Amino acid sequence: MPTPETRLIRLADADNVVLLTTSIARGEVVTVEGLDVALEADLTLGHKLAARDIAAGETITKYAFPIGVATVDIPKGAHVHVQNVRSNHTASYVVSEDG
Amino acid sequence: MLTGYPRSDGRKGIRNVLVIAYLVECAHHVAREIALDYRGREVHVIGFPGCFPNAYSQRMMEALCTHPNVGGVLLISLGCESFNKYQLSRVVEASGRPVATVTIQGVGGTRKAMAAGRAFVDEHLPRLEQSERVAMGVEDLVIGTVCGGSDGTSGLTGNPAAGLSFDRLVAEGAACIFEETGELIGCEHVMAERAVAPGLAEELRGAVEKAARYYATLGYGSFASGNADGGLTTIEEKSLGAYAKSGSGPIHGMLKPGDVPPRGGLYLLDVIPDGEVRFGFPNINDNAEIAELMACGCHMTYFITGRGSVVGSAISPVIKIAANPEMYARMSEDMDVNAGRVLQGTPLAEVGTEIYALTLAVAGGHRTVSEDLGHQEFIMGYKTFEPLGPACLPAA
Repeated sequence: MPTPETRLIRLADADNVVLLTTSIARGEVVTVEGLDVALEADLTLGHKLAARDIAAGETITKYAFPIGVATVDIPKGAHVHVQNVRSNHTASYVVSEDG
Repeated sequence: MLTGYPRSDGRKGIRNVLVIAYLVECAHHVAREIALDYRGREVHVIGFPGCFPNAYSQRMMEALCTHPNVGGVLLISLGCESFNKYQLSRVVEASGRPVATVTIQGVGGTRKAMAAGRAFVDEHLPRLEQSERVAMGVEDLVIGTVCGGSDGTSGLTGNPAAGLSFDRLVAEGAACIFEETGELIGCEHVMAERAVAPGLAEELRGAVEKAARYYATLGYGSFASGNADGGLTTIEEKSLGAYAKSGSGPIHGMLKPGDVPPRGGLYLLDVIPDGEVRFGFPNINDNAEIAELMACGCHMTYFITGRGSVVGSAISPVIKIAANPEMYARMSEDMDVNAGRVLQGTPLAEVGTEIYALTLAVAGGHRTVSEDLGHQEFIMGYKTFEPLGPACLPAA
């Protein structure tokens, strides 16, 4: 009997991303919609993982609201962020080298 | 029962601040040095750094120097700047507040200007500190909200909790103002459906479209690097979270900086300049937005932060609402409310009620943590605005 994954939350049924409700270290295994995946990086709460395979060009939806478009194919469980999503409005600007 | 300081225009203040306003950066040091002598008392520094005249900055300064939380005004001029200190002084005087202008070049330099300024403060501050308060109601309050240092938690915890407090305050007759149209990009159509009149809906949509054009010209959206570190990927994702601050009620009107809400209700503040893109980014940081909310009469401002902003403001207290529970654990001394505990199982409504109750307490004199820490940030730049369109403030 698997324990429910309380470290992740899906805000709306139609969403193709889930959110971390706590910070999780690289390599830790989380269960994303039945699939066990090891985190590819240290992620803080609020970051997003793909709830299913997402094809390049698909709209990313959070709270049933479009938040951008996938720029590459994103496999289920992968980190969904600035490296694979672009805005439909203005580009996001990132400077951090903290890792 | 709330109490406040009565003003000649019928508004009431929740603080009785003596403001020292520098009218060009060259007069900033003198203003700051005078204020330092009164550390811990209600003497706050605001000002405008530019030497070139600007109708927006004139209007902002007039609105801020006659803000309900302000009881007296000391203007510090270098002497050769273009700011119209005569008009500003007349506006303050007409409001019944004590006002004096110290011109550094006229009185003979830095030391003499400081002495003249201190004489004014010594004369008026004790009286302001002993002023009587009169009865005031929730319907007298004007409350603003900003978010800054947003992350992926802001839209889940702090922003919707602030929205719940807004819903309740508006129901009780207060005026509540949300803003930063550049952080509503992508939400404009959903938001416009909440307008009380079709003409207003058009104005709301237009304000956000103007923001999108403005930022597209500048090349960057209202999206900082820290937003991405905190899990926000795009401006529309940030907008989705920011929009939640507005609560769920109807939107009664739209304002521009310096417009005071004519009655209670929920208002959008359009902070993006009109006309061609000039003078750079609309609001270069969070305090520029807080200054504009204050110019619309906000007695206090909710500041929802995920990454952990520490700022307060001159004139109007800032209530700091932590959206991120991990940040709260690190920075609790800078936060008034831990909304992040929603992610650990606390009902959102409980946090909303806490914010509402704190709003009334702060109105009654309770000091926020940023007030206690001495945070009195203030900044203002150049902008250009056209007057409000007729559809922005529908008839009651």
